[in-house]
Amino acid sequence: MYWLKKLAGMLATLLLVSMLTFGALYLIPGDPAVLILGTEAEPHDLELVRSQLGLDRPVTAQYTRWLSDAVHGDFGDSITFSKGYSVSRLVASALPVTIPLAVVAILLSLLLATPLGAFAASRRGGKLDSLILTLSQTGLSIPAFWLGILAIQFFAVDLGWFPPGSMPKWSADPAGAAVSLLLPALVLAVPRAAILTRIVRTAMLEALGEEYIRTARGKGVSEWVIVSKHALKNALVSISTVAGIQLIQLLAGTIVIEQVFSLPGLGRLILSSVLLRDLPVVQGAVFAGAALILAVNFLLDSVYPLIDPRIRGVA
Amino acid sequence: MQKSWLKGSLLVAVMVLITVAGFFYTPYPPNQMNIQRPLEPPDSEHLLGTDNFGRDIFSRIMVGGRPAFEAGMIAVLLGLTLGTIWGAAAGYFRGWLEEILMRMADGLYSLPSVLMALLAVTLLGPGQASILVAVSLANIPIFARLTRSLFLSLREREYVLAARAIGSSDSRIIFRHILPNCLSTLLVQASISFAAAVLAEASLSYLGLGTQPPDASWGRMLKEAQGFAGLAPWAAIFPGLAIALTVLGFNRLGDGLRDRLDPKL
Repeated sequence: MYWLKKLAGMLATLLLVSMLTFGALYLIPGDPAVLILGTEAEPHDLELVRSQLGLDRPVTAQYTRWLSDAVHGDFGDSITFSKGYSVSRLVASALPVTIPLAVVAILLSLLLATPLGAFAASRRGGKLDSLILTLSQTGLSIPAFWLGILAIQFFAVDLGWFPPGSMPKWSADPAGAAVSLLLPALVLAVPRAAILTRIVRTAMLEALGEEYIRTARGKGVSEWVIVSKHALKNALVSISTVAGIQLIQLLAGTIVIEQVFSLPGLGRLILSSVLLRDLPVVQGAVFAGAALILAVNFLLDSVYPLIDPRIRGVA
Repeated sequence: MQKSWLKGSLLVAVMVLITVAGFFYTPYPPNQMNIQRPLEPPDSEHLLGTDNFGRDIFSRIMVGGRPAFEAGMIAVLLGLTLGTIWGAAAGYFRGWLEEILMRMADGLYSLPSVLMALLAVTLLGPGQASILVAVSLANIPIFARLTRSLFLSLREREYVLAARAIGSSDSRIIFRHILPNCLSTLLVQASISFAAAVLAEASLSYLGLGTQPPDASWGRMLKEAQGFAGLAPWAAIFPGLAIALTVLGFNRLGDGLRDRLDPKL
């Protein structure tokens, strides 16, 4: 029941997102038919394209047509960005870039933040604690795209450890594709790790103040086991409640990072299609992005009960 | 960390001073090209070097902070006023009004400002206006959620109950008793929101969605410098440093204020 309820909520939100983007794009001044055929086009041809696209029908009819096509996997064709290509094909080619990028970045930020935050909490008020806090504040204040530009120059151009942006196709060069995602994932992970470190630290401080920690100390459990097992496990619950927003921020960050590293991902697709006013692509790609975010949130919600048995009882 | 707010305000003061000074004086006209001297390293003539069009980078940094500070001010101003009213209404009156208002705030809150900016650009076209819309919309739910949570805890306090018992009106209780006690926390958030808005403006103008050429903004300068980062590292370093120092200043200020107000964490 818990999962079914979450799934239904997710589908409802997705429907709402599609209505909102469709409505917003409908309000945009400018005629898609003119965008396709150019300003020199004959009125007769424009009329033809409008009726082909269904633009002469009321907005509700346009939306239901778009939705029923979308359910069948047809999001229309690109009109300016890559003329003639289907939106679903463009989105499908972008996802194998964005999803691994985001997943690696999440893992890296957790890998950085959990030990740093836990360590800072266990040394509360000490020199290392304030060093870690200062580091986290600096990481939060550095613009990720600036870090990316400098990282490309230093690690890719000067040292030659990584390719300086762009990415081969997975099918052509899987190892090369994986390597080209590493540096962008690291840059993407830094600001998230900076925030997560503070969240882990605060959650750990709360957990370390609990009665059961005193009990464990009284029993003579080693400090390492107390921090890494007793406290961290309980801190995870409050960490995972903020993880959702952090994940959304991280996915939004891919828009900027994909641009810095010229990666052909979903963020870059959305950005280019917005700047070229390629409305079917904007609509389809934003829909895909929203679906991705909701899917991640759904996964996260499904993990909660596994982390925290108390939630299972409520649901 | 004790002197954190002091260091923060010092950083902020320096960056504000540079930007304000830019209204009255810049070493060179910031958009003036000099094709004889492109990509010059920093020297006595050009303090921070020149870019690929021979424009003086220091002059451009002096004026390039304007869109960032503007975004910070508008975001905090609109976020603080609208968000506080929003959250206060929800937290004070409770009931179905709270339910509706907070659902809306949660929905807005889950949209990252980059996505909001992209939607704004689709509607309004690229430019500073779209960025201002996006950063303001991003901040309203943040302040609304914060104010509501403050109101929920403060509305049950004894002095509020006392005020209600002697027959004070709702507006008197809200504006004279509860709101003044929220101010310090809201001030901390304002400082952090300012930092986030500066960062957002920089990212968005880096993406080409904000300030348009030939005008300078720190993010835009980095976009233009990226192609020459090897030839002219100064062009890629100094504008980024300006962003980082400004953001760090406001973040430190916010954190320092929080430490002073709430020594528990």
